Amino acid sequence: MEEKNWKIVIKPSKGFVNINLKELIKYKDLITLFVKRDFVTFYKQTILGPLWYILQPLLNTIVFTIIFGNLAKIPTDNLPPFLFYMAGNIIWGYFAFCLNSISTTFVTNADLFGKVYFPRIAVPISITIIGLFQFILQFIFFICFYIYFVSKGLDIKVSYSILFLPLILFQIALVALGFGLLISSLTSKYRDLVFVLGFGIQLWMFATPIVYPLTIIPDNYVIFSILNPMTSIVECFKYIFFNESSIKFAHILLSCLITLIVFVLGIVVFYRTEKNFLDTV
Amino acid sequence: MKVSIKIEGLFKEYKLGVIGRGTLYRDLQSWWAIKQGKEDPNSLIGANYNKKVNNILALKNINLDINKGEVIGIIGSNGAGKSTLLKILSRVTSPTKGRILANGTIASLLEVGTGFHPELTGRENIFLNGAINGLTKNEIMERFNDIVNFAGVKKFLDTPVKRYSSGMHVRLGFAVAAHLDPDILIVDEVLAVGDADFQKKAINKIKEVSSDKKRTVIFVSHNMNSIKKLCDRVIVLSKGQIIKDDNPSNSIEFYLGEVSITERTYKKIQFDKDNCPGGNLVRLKSIETRNSSNQLCSKFNIDEEIIIKMFFEVLKEGFNVCCSLFFNYFNPKNLSGDGSFYALDNYVKNKWDGDSYFKKGNYEATLVIPPNLLNDGIFGVSANIFLPPSNLDSALQVREINIIYFDIIDNFNKNSPRGSYPYDWQLGSTGFMIRPKLNFFTKFTSI
Repeated sequence: MEEKNWKIVIKPSKGFVNINLKELIKYKDLITLFVKRDFVTFYKQTILGPLWYILQPLLNTIVFTIIFGNLAKIPTDNLPPFLFYMAGNIIWGYFAFCLNSISTTFVTNADLFGKVYFPRIAVPISITIIGLFQFILQFIFFICFYIYFVSKGLDIKVSYSILFLPLILFQIALVALGFGLLISSLTSKYRDLVFVLGFGIQLWMFATPIVYPLTIIPDNYVIFSILNPMTSIVECFKYIFFNESSIKFAHILLSCLITLIVFVLGIVVFYRTEKNFLDTV
Repeated sequence: MKVSIKIEGLFKEYKLGVIGRGTLYRDLQSWWAIKQGKEDPNSLIGANYNKKVNNILALKNINLDINKGEVIGIIGSNGAGKSTLLKILSRVTSPTKGRILANGTIASLLEVGTGFHPELTGRENIFLNGAINGLTKNEIMERFNDIVNFAGVKKFLDTPVKRYSSGMHVRLGFAVAAHLDPDILIVDEVLAVGDADFQKKAINKIKEVSSDKKRTVIFVSHNMNSIKKLCDRVIVLSKGQIIKDDNPSNSIEFYLGEVSITERTYKKIQFDKDNCPGGNLVRLKSIETRNSSNQLCSKFNIDEEIIIKMFFEVLKEGFNVCCSLFFNYFNPKNLSGDGSFYALDNYVKNKWDGDSYFKKGNYEATLVIPPNLLNDGIFGVSANIFLPPSNLDSALQVREINIIYFDIIDNFNKNSPRGSYPYDWQLGSTGFMIRPKLNFFTKFTSI
């Protein structure tokens, strides 16, 4: 009997990965509700409420300013350390949040996934959207400081390339999805990576020009930094607001290519895992 | 009649054992074999698999057509593959081989209230739960009032569900699930939850769903009464295979009669020398049930003594050994598990953490259950051997669940606790495990 005459076909998870976009669109309300749920429950039963969304990067920035700026005296391309670290912090914050949450998709949702069918990818997608809302709140906060520093006479201006900001954010989501989906699929069976994750993200941050500018890396080694797709993202973000970056166009293209490869790989592995993860989780 | 679900050659294989380094090795081995176009050496499906494969087939070649509008019941003892089949049908896991073709949307009442977030209000959770089950926002809006009325939680709509009583929680979950209006509805034992009133409501809802003959319902339950009431057709699963596909009364009769006997071991179980269950210190060799005249026996009258003998071997010296027997009661009406108890051997007379160590060699443990203690029904016996001073649940050397069974039959003896009472000793659907002889006097005291 022909499979296409039937609305639902349940088969073993072998061969080609079949991504059903039509079905995913049908579940768009679910994604919205997941976003709403996680956004609201994040600050339920806290005194400061949504304020926590901006307090987190603020505290981080203050710590960075004191340790890396005042004590270690790492150069910041002649920019005020506070603003420099804040820019790095909010852009990294979006990535780290997404990667961290997506990586545990299967483990934290095992209970739900074990009982109801829906496209599993809805969960990671909703995470990138929640992260985006957090980022927007933090970004507004960042702009306030930006305007404050400019009014104090700091000679920086927003470049026209701000039009590319949405693309940069999209790229962050793709990198986080790619790596997150890979890790979540692997950890559904082997939990080893869970133990490395927190430490790994921290290490990754130091491998990315967050607390230092790309300019302090010797030219011979820049290419290694570029292989990290987050480098180009962070540098582009800083270029938009500080007009200062040693990143080249070819680097950006390379970073986009790596992003795409990781994303496709993540999706394929995730779709193959989701069908049977319940047996191994 | 139009076919609504078509199941073709369905297999499901599970790997047993703990996931660790060995699993990674076998994963790579399987992957390499498949890459080279060979058969997976670690799968039971295939001609030449590795003899050491520690897998089980939960479903073996299931073929089934379910017509549109049919209410089909699935029965079978624990481990027969019912839940696995439902999980594959509801798409939470995928088959190892074979396929299922279905026409229309599938929704399952596997467990109600899944996906409720404790911090969200009832209203928010209705939307979330509806969406998880595949409804759009508009579809939920249309059903919202019906759901709230059915669950009876109008007053608490804006309260977080963590403040709900467990009854309200279940009612709200079922209300959402009952209003999904799928083409194919999968129901698994949900009727076991909630109070009697709510159960009635739930059964009526399923009847209502199935009455218009547009929807297909797959219903799994241990409760033969509701199966009989609701289904048009019942299939019996045993060890992963369909062994009967007939009308409800024939199937149920078949299940209660044949399967239950063939799937249970009675009288005596003797293990092969190199296949004895147990750890590296103690091995169970055999277990048997005998009557008072020392004959192997499977059916006991209610006023008869039951003797259970367990033979085991201690392989190393220097340990305390204690046997315990667990009894699981299945009431004769619907074979649902309705109670249990356990007994420990005479080791308990020793100092619990003493050093009355056991010698190497063979042992025989005997338990005598006195007459007129247990009620009629089926008892499954589980054997445990553990090493004091640990408790019963740790330092286990042997744990064999329901390895042997015996039946107790009511012979209506006037000297038994029933006296002249002529009726069934099981009331309603509750199972009564014991029927002890007690002193219960009523006498006239004054006018």
